[in-house]
Amino acid sequence: MRRSQKRSWITTVIALAILAVFLFPVYWMVNASLQSGVTAAHTTWFPFHLSFSSYRLAFHSEKKDVLTSLIVASGATIVEILIATPAAYALSRFRLPSTRLLIMGILVTQMIPGIVIANALYRTYTSIHLLNSYLGLMLADASLGIPFSILLVRSFMAGIPTEILEAARVDGAGRLKTLLAIVVPVSKNGIVTAALFSFLFAWSDLLFALTLTTSTKIQPITLGIYQFVGVDRQIWGPVMATAVIASLPAVVLLLLAQRFIASGVTVGAVK
Amino acid sequence: MTELARRARVETSPGAARNSRRRARWSERVAKWMFIAPAVIYLVVFFAYPIVKNGLTSFQNYTTSSLYTGKAPFNGFQNYRHIFHSGIFGKIALNTALFTIGSMVGQFVIGLGLAVFFSRRFPLNGLIRSVILLPWLLPLVVSSTVWRWMLDQDNGVLNNVLVNSGLTTTRVPWLTSTTVALISVILVNIWIGIPFNMVILYSGLQDIPTDLYEAAKIDGANGLRTFWHITWPLLRPVVGVVVILGFIYTAKVIDIILVVTGGGPVDASETLAVGSYNLSFKTFLFGQGAAMGNVLILISLVFAAIYLRMNRGTFSETDTR
Repeated sequence: MRRSQKRSWITTVIALAILAVFLFPVYWMVNASLQSGVTAAHTTWFPFHLSFSSYRLAFHSEKKDVLTSLIVASGATIVEILIATPAAYALSRFRLPSTRLLIMGILVTQMIPGIVIANALYRTYTSIHLLNSYLGLMLADASLGIPFSILLVRSFMAGIPTEILEAARVDGAGRLKTLLAIVVPVSKNGIVTAALFSFLFAWSDLLFALTLTTSTKIQPITLGIYQFVGVDRQIWGPVMATAVIASLPAVVLLLLAQRFIASGVTVGAVK
Repeated sequence: MTELARRARVETSPGAARNSRRRARWSERVAKWMFIAPAVIYLVVFFAYPIVKNGLTSFQNYTTSSLYTGKAPFNGFQNYRHIFHSGIFGKIALNTALFTIGSMVGQFVIGLGLAVFFSRRFPLNGLIRSVILLPWLLPLVVSSTVWRWMLDQDNGVLNNVLVNSGLTTTRVPWLTSTTVALISVILVNIWIGIPFNMVILYSGLQDIPTDLYEAAKIDGANGLRTFWHITWPLLRPVVGVVVILGFIYTAKVIDIILVVTGGGPVDASETLAVGSYNLSFKTFLFGQGAAMGNVLILISLVFAAIYLRMNRGTFSETDTR
């Protein structure tokens, strides 16, 4: 017993070593962001001289971009919740002749190259004056989360016991009331997970930001970083600080929805 | 005739009951559709319409002025001829194939290794397994930017380590050499894709009944034999899904390449997706950009068809619900 316990702790140590190697790029980003005025050549392995000057610079230049990203990602998430929740309910509960076709269509959307969508949207947005607009970016970014969310929430709703819904029916509740009063509260976890992922997808978007904006008026933080990189630079501290700021939603998601992330990865794959 | 009288007449006439039942069923169906309608409209506008538009544009001479005049004359297969004869199409297609296959193999092998490793029981397993997902959750721009800096020839930490440890004598031109750049973007993409592969394969491994392993142990099979004769055959359906989805997702990757190398130097790491972006948004030849995007779609479609065939079970389960 003792021996096997000891052996399993050795496995933990190996696992931590794998984790350390694997996450080194993340460490390197945080490390560099905490050193003042790091030129590329002089980054030490540890931030011995802790400094937040890179963050001050990053906040100063990226404050507006962070706000833009927050607005766009929140808007895209709201669009996702409003569209995906009722659809997931219908696809999990109603016997519709086209359910099969719809789900197949949703799976196929996941396979369409983003550049093809961007290519068409850019030209359509030009003619209907949606370029350089919050609304245009929100709607486009919602496309990153909606198909995924429908599949994820649907699998949550499919697990609701039929008796509960029938009881609501007997009490005279219509479909909409059943959805709002019973299905939504019961599948809260699924809906919240889908919303968190949709926010993250929209927050992380580069391609739509790059193609559907032509001025710096509306520039999400991802595009801000991309513009940074375009310039050949020697000082990486502020870039890394900006990158850390852009990573925060991912970290928050990992902390909040840890349990559900694995189910999020596998949705649309094995399911 | 009053409303009441008319209704009374309708109700007494033969076939009226059937009629009203049919109407009730129809309004029932409309009510059901109202739940799906927003999603259907959205999917049509943001997925179906772009594909159709892209298809049309690939047969048009669509330039910057077409954006404002709306006039883009059809020119047959001109755009396709242009991209196929541009001299770099072969290179771009090869790059896409190498990028996709290289990324897939790397992600799969390492992902499977980690999945098998984490199938053991040890303290903190769950916590470590979820933290390993972080690279998958980070914005691609962030991870790509960090890698771009780490791969910098003169100042990158990777070359510092390689040279200081004596593994290489010279600093590797990760991003500036036409022969190494493609390998660099593949390495970055492998790193990003490992968690996805690991999670799916891990969940596949969990579904294999443990008594099979116990039986193998009693029969005296060692670890490798157990893997080949029990784990691998039972994991095969999951492997199929991972491979097909991996191909489809990897072939369309664009952010990573745009940030790490921009497709360069010259066209050394340019893929179909990056090529389509460059044609449409750098040279504003929208027709040719659309044509290249269509080639990418056609390739994905083949794999999508295979995937949907494999997943048929999922749909029939839906039907009976």
